[in-house]
Amino acid sequence: MRETFAGTGTLVRLGLRRDRWLLPAWIAGFALVTYSTAEASAGLYPDVGSRVEAATALNATASMVALFGRIYDPASLGALSLIKYTAFMTAVLAALMVVLTIRHTRADEESGRLELLGGGRLGRDAPLAAALAISFGASLVLGLLSAAALAGGGLPGSGSLAFGLGWAATGMAYSAVAGVAAQLTASARGATGLSIGVIAVTYALRAVGDLAEPGPSVLSWLSPIGWNQQIRAFAGDRWWVLALPLALAVVLVPASLALRGRRDLGAGLRAERPGPVRGSLSGVWDLAVRLQLRVWAAWAAAFVIFGVVVGSLVGNVAQFLSSPNAQDLIRMLGGPQALNDAFLAAEISIMGLLAAAYGVSAASHLRSEEAAGHTEALLATATTRSRWASSHYGAALAGVALLMLLSGLSIGFGAAWVLADSSQISRATVAALAQIPAAWLITSTVLAVFGWAPRLTAAAWGLLLGFVALGEFGVLWNAPQWLMDLSPFRHSPLLPVGSGSVSELAGLTAVAALISAAGYLGWRRRDLAA
Amino acid sequence: MGSVVEISGVVKRFGTVTALDGLDFEVAAGEVHGFLGPNGSGKSTTLRLLLGLLRANAGSIRVLGLDPWRDVAVLHRRLAYVPGDVALWPNLTGGEVIDLLGRLQGGQDPARRDRLLQLFELDPGKKARTYSKGNRQKVALVAALSTDAELFLLDEPTSGLDPLMEDTFRGCIRELRSEGRTVLLSSHILSEAEALSDRVSIIRAGRVVETGPLQQLRHLTRTSVTADVEAVPPGLDLLPGVHDVVITNHRINAQVEPAGLTHLMQALTAAGLQSLTSQPPTLEDLFLRHYGAGNEADRAGVTGRGQGISGPVGSSGRRPGNA
Repeated sequence: MRETFAGTGTLVRLGLRRDRWLLPAWIAGFALVTYSTAEASAGLYPDVGSRVEAATALNATASMVALFGRIYDPASLGALSLIKYTAFMTAVLAALMVVLTIRHTRADEESGRLELLGGGRLGRDAPLAAALAISFGASLVLGLLSAAALAGGGLPGSGSLAFGLGWAATGMAYSAVAGVAAQLTASARGATGLSIGVIAVTYALRAVGDLAEPGPSVLSWLSPIGWNQQIRAFAGDRWWVLALPLALAVVLVPASLALRGRRDLGAGLRAERPGPVRGSLSGVWDLAVRLQLRVWAAWAAAFVIFGVVVGSLVGNVAQFLSSPNAQDLIRMLGGPQALNDAFLAAEISIMGLLAAAYGVSAASHLRSEEAAGHTEALLATATTRSRWASSHYGAALAGVALLMLLSGLSIGFGAAWVLADSSQISRATVAALAQIPAAWLITSTVLAVFGWAPRLTAAAWGLLLGFVALGEFGVLWNAPQWLMDLSPFRHSPLLPVGSGSVSELAGLTAVAALISAAGYLGWRRRDLAA
Repeated sequence: MGSVVEISGVVKRFGTVTALDGLDFEVAAGEVHGFLGPNGSGKSTTLRLLLGLLRANAGSIRVLGLDPWRDVAVLHRRLAYVPGDVALWPNLTGGEVIDLLGRLQGGQDPARRDRLLQLFELDPGKKARTYSKGNRQKVALVAALSTDAELFLLDEPTSGLDPLMEDTFRGCIRELRSEGRTVLLSSHILSEAEALSDRVSIIRAGRVVETGPLQQLRHLTRTSVTADVEAVPPGLDLLPGVHDVVITNHRINAQVEPAGLTHLMQALTAAGLQSLTSQPPTLEDLFLRHYGAGNEADRAGVTGRGQGISGPVGSSGRRPGNA
C-alpha cells in the first residue's frame, strides 16, 4: 500500500467506533421501513387488477411522476409498493451518505481532529480513503439488508436484490460526490451544502426527465437517482444499469484523491481571502442572520425553482388522466378545478415539511454554537441568555416563514402562468402561509430540547422524521389515531382545497409558543454545556 | 478597599463529579489576583461561575456586589472575559469578532483597540479559520482589553503566546492596574502570576488551599542557600529549620525555612564564609508543595525533585490561618 494511505485501517476502526450507534440505527431504519412496506403491500393490492389500476393512476398523475417517478410494470407488486423508495427514499439515503462522508473528512479537518492524528503515522490520503471505505461499506450493508428485508417481506428475490444493490450503488456514488465536495470548500457546512445541492439538482433532473412522454428523457439518464429508477427493480431488473453509479464512483474517488493532493490540510482549493478589518455586526441578531443567511439563501433558491416547476405542472394534471377510469375519478373529485386544487394542496404541504426541516437545521445553531464555545464568549458580554437564544430561534422562525412565502408565490406564479389565472398567486400564497404554524411548532421543539437536554438537540430531527413517516405510512402501519393526531402537519389546513380554520392555526401557534417557553425556561436555568 | 469578587462556600457538581468543594476566596478592588492551580483543579469552572455561565450548587458568589446568575446584563457591562479555550467563528475576520464582542460588552475604545492590535501585531483582516492558536488568543485579548471594564477575568490568557507577546501582555496588565482596574488572572504558569500578581490564591481539587500576598506565601517555603566555607562545620543538618544538606568538598547546599536562616548564617559565619548565594522561594515551590504533597501517584515524579515535601506547615489541603 502506498505511503499516503498509511493508517487507513486505523481510521476506519476509529470511524466505526464513533458511529457505533448512528450507523446501525440508520441501516436498521431503512431495512425496517422496506420490510414493513413489502409485508403490507400484498394486503393492499391483492390482485393484478387492483395493481394495474393503482399504477396506471399514479403514472398518469404528473405530480406523482415528478415526485416519485414512473411504474414500469403496472402488474408488478414490488414496483408499485416501492414507488416512493426508488427516488425519494434514495435521495434521503444519498443525504445520509453525504453526512457520513463529510463527518469523517472535512468536519474532522475543520475541528482540528485530523491535525491531532496527522502527527502520527498517517498518510495524506488516509482520512478520505477511510471515510469512503466507511460510506461504501455502509451503503453495501444497507443495500443487502434492505434486499433481504424485501425478500423476507414476501417480494420476489431477484427484484429484491436488484433494488438493494441499486441502493448500495447509489449510496456509493453520492458518497464519492461528497468526497469531492469535501476537497473544494474549507468548511464542513459548505461541503455538505454543496453535496445536498447536487442531490437536489439530480433529483430535479430526473423529475423533469420522467415527465417527458412517452418515457424518461435523456435528463433522467443524467442523474444517479434517475439511474436507480432505471434499474427497474421488480419490473425487468435491468442489472446493467448498476454499472452507471459504480462507474461514477470509480471516476470520482481518484478525482477526490487528486484534489486532496493539490491542497493543504484545512484549506479549500481556493485560497482564503482577507475580509473586513472593521466589523459591522452590531449584535447577536446580526450575527445569527449572518451565520444562517447563506444556507437560507440556498434553500430559498431551491424553493423558488421547485415551486415554479411544480406550480406550472398544475395544468397538465387533468390532461395526463385520460383513461375513462381517471376521468370518472376527476368527476368524483369535482372536476378539473378541484383536481388542480388537490394537486396544489399536496405540493404545498410537502413544502411545509421541507420548511420545517429548514427550521430544525437553522434552530440547531443554538446547539452547534454552544458546543463550539461561541456562546460562552457572547454570554460573557452584556448579552442575556434569552436574547442570544432568541436571535437564532427568531432567525429560524423568520427563515421558515419567508421560505413558505416564497414557495407560495412561486407555486402560485407557475400555476397562474399555465392556467392564465392570476388569482392562483394569492390562493397558493395563502395556502402556503397556512403551513407556517406547523413548521414553527417543529422548529420550536429544537429550542425545547436544547433548553433541557442540549446534547440531545438532534432528537428534534427524529421527531420531524417520525411525523413525516407517520403521515406517509401511518395508515399502512395501522398506527392508532391518537398517535397520528400528534403530528402538527395533520392540523394544518390543506388549502386551497378545504376551508381554512383560523382557530387551528392559532392553536398550532399557541402550542409552538408554549414549547418555546418551556425551552427558554430550561435554557435560563441550566449550565452552559460543552 | 472593598472586595470585587467574593466567593464563599461554593460547591459545584457535574453529575457525580465534584468540581468545586467549598471554594472561598476574595479579590480586592484594584489588585491583580493570581489564581493558580494545575489542570482540572477548578479554575475555569470558578471563572464560569463568576460569569453566570454555570450555577453553583451551594454557597454564595458576589461580583462587583452583584449576583452573577441574576444580574447578567448589568454585571457584564462592567467586566471583560478571556475564555480559556478561545473559539472564534471560522468565517468572520478577527476584526469583526473584536468589534462584535466590544459592542456587545457595551463599550470599546477604538483608539485602544487599534493600539492593542499594533502591540500584539495582529492582522484583523484575516478569517478566524486561518489564525493560529496564538493569534486566536490575541483576538480574545484585544477584544477584552480594549473595553472599559472594571474587572477583567482572564483564563490562562497567555496560552499560545510567544515570550515576546507574553511580555506585551504583562505590560497591558500593569497598565490596567495603574488605572485602578481589577484583574483575576488564572494561570498555571508560575512566572506569569509571580511577575504580575499582588496576591495569589492556590486552588487544588476544588478548594483554595493558600491565599495571600506573595511575600506572605513565601514564608511557607524554603530558601535555597549555597555557601563556600573554609572548613565545613559538623552537625549542620541538626540545626532547626535546615533541610536537605548536601556537602561537596567546601561547598554546602541546603534548603532553609525562614526560621532556620539565622542559625545557619551564624554557623556559616563561624566557619569562615567565602561566598554565599541564596535563591528566594519561587511559586514553583508553593505549587509543588500543594499538589506535590498530595497522595496522587501520578504527581510523584514531580515531587521527587529534591524539594522538601514534609514541610513545616504540614500536609496540604489544610488552609493556613492567614487565608
